[in-house]
Amino acid sequence: MFKKFSPSTDIATHTPLKQSVQRNLRADILSQWKIEPETLEAVWPKKEGLVHVKCREHISIYTVNSEPLFFQHFDGPYYPTLRFLHKYPYILPKVQVDRGAIRFLLAGAHMMCPGFTSAGGRLPPPEEAVPAERLVAIHAEGKEHAVGVGITKLSTEDMKKINKGVGVETACYLGDDLWALTTL
Amino acid sequence: MHYICLMIFEAFRDLCVRCSMDRYRCWCWCRPRFRIVAGFTQCADVDSGVGIVCSFPLEYCEFGSSLTRCKEWLKEENQELYDKYYSEEALTSKIGTLSLEAQAKLEKETAKKEAKAEAKADAALKKKLASQVTIRRIERTKRKHVTAIHGLEAFSIDLKKAAKQLAGRFATGASVTKNAQGLDEIVVQGDVSDEILEILEKGEGVLKGVPIANVEVVEDKKKKASD
Repeated sequence: MFKKFSPSTDIATHTPLKQSVQRNLRADILSQWKIEPETLEAVWPKKEGLVHVKCREHISIYTVNSEPLFFQHFDGPYYPTLRFLHKYPYILPKVQVDRGAIRFLLAGAHMMCPGFTSAGGRLPPPEEAVPAERLVAIHAEGKEHAVGVGITKLSTEDMKKINKGVGVETACYLGDDLWALTTL
Repeated sequence: MHYICLMIFEAFRDLCVRCSMDRYRCWCWCRPRFRIVAGFTQCADVDSGVGIVCSFPLEYCEFGSSLTRCKEWLKEENQELYDKYYSEEALTSKIGTLSLEAQAKLEKETAKKEAKAEAKADAALKKKLASQVTIRRIERTKRKHVTAIHGLEAFSIDLKKAAKQLAGRFATGASVTKNAQGLDEIVVQGDVSDEILEILEKGEGVLKGVPIANVEVVEDKKKKASD
């Protein structure tokens, strides 16, 4: 999504959001992420207005104090930016890829199932299985911090069973153009 | 060790003990060397002006395109962290489940990537040195002129800021406009080409880093109606 993204050409408008819209958005985020209202409040205080940055291809980035916090594609789920995820790593369920997959992930590839099921990879245990079309944080073998944010294409149980094809679609990753943007 | 932020966060409240700010706003003594961006140290020398090395979290430098420089930088900055990521045992342990040949391949790939990045940087530098800045005096009506400056963006000058500075300096209008070729240029009202040349030479404000040999002053005369 952000492999090629340059603020000067890809951003259409900056608009501050209406309070009522912000309220809904806050509720949506609280239901989509595993985040306490207090933490969200600390990152995005009620007094600081959220700015909606519209970009090409129906991407909207939301910023607080011109720092991007999360983004959305069409009206899909709200992805936290990687920098935000690093600060609060517990807000999304984690999946882990093996070491061999890291360099492909850093080139922006979607993550294939075998990367999760091999020795270096890790998927959540059956009792915490993640269904399809959910946000996950992509971690890497032997690394402390997440490398990417993605959305599951299969449920984690299916990934273990089928073990073929795309398991997690990468939305943003370390070193993409969104990572390079600290302020908008 | 003292330049790594020793913030101890109270559980859940995430406040720095020293300045009682949360992780975001903790800019206390940790600031000069490492910027605590996300609760971890990042491969970026923010304040010293050396420029960002690769901006990845330290543990991911090995996948970046400037590993050698990252390593050198970290060794100089902080021996302890360097040992953590690049000492012998760290290297053997991080190979983990990857087979030896795969690891060798990865290393080769990294070296290749690095060489490529270097070549790219070289080419960019060459291009920068070769690019021209033109200051053009355009005649308007009678004795009125505007001055258009083209090509500043190649020297990573923010055109908007530069225009603002020039506007303030000459107390005239200055704006960033697209010229006939669709390229951005700064248009300043009035004939100020000599002064602009001087400013570029001195490197005032944001107009820094333009080699004076690359600057060219041209004059656009309006055709006379009788021609």
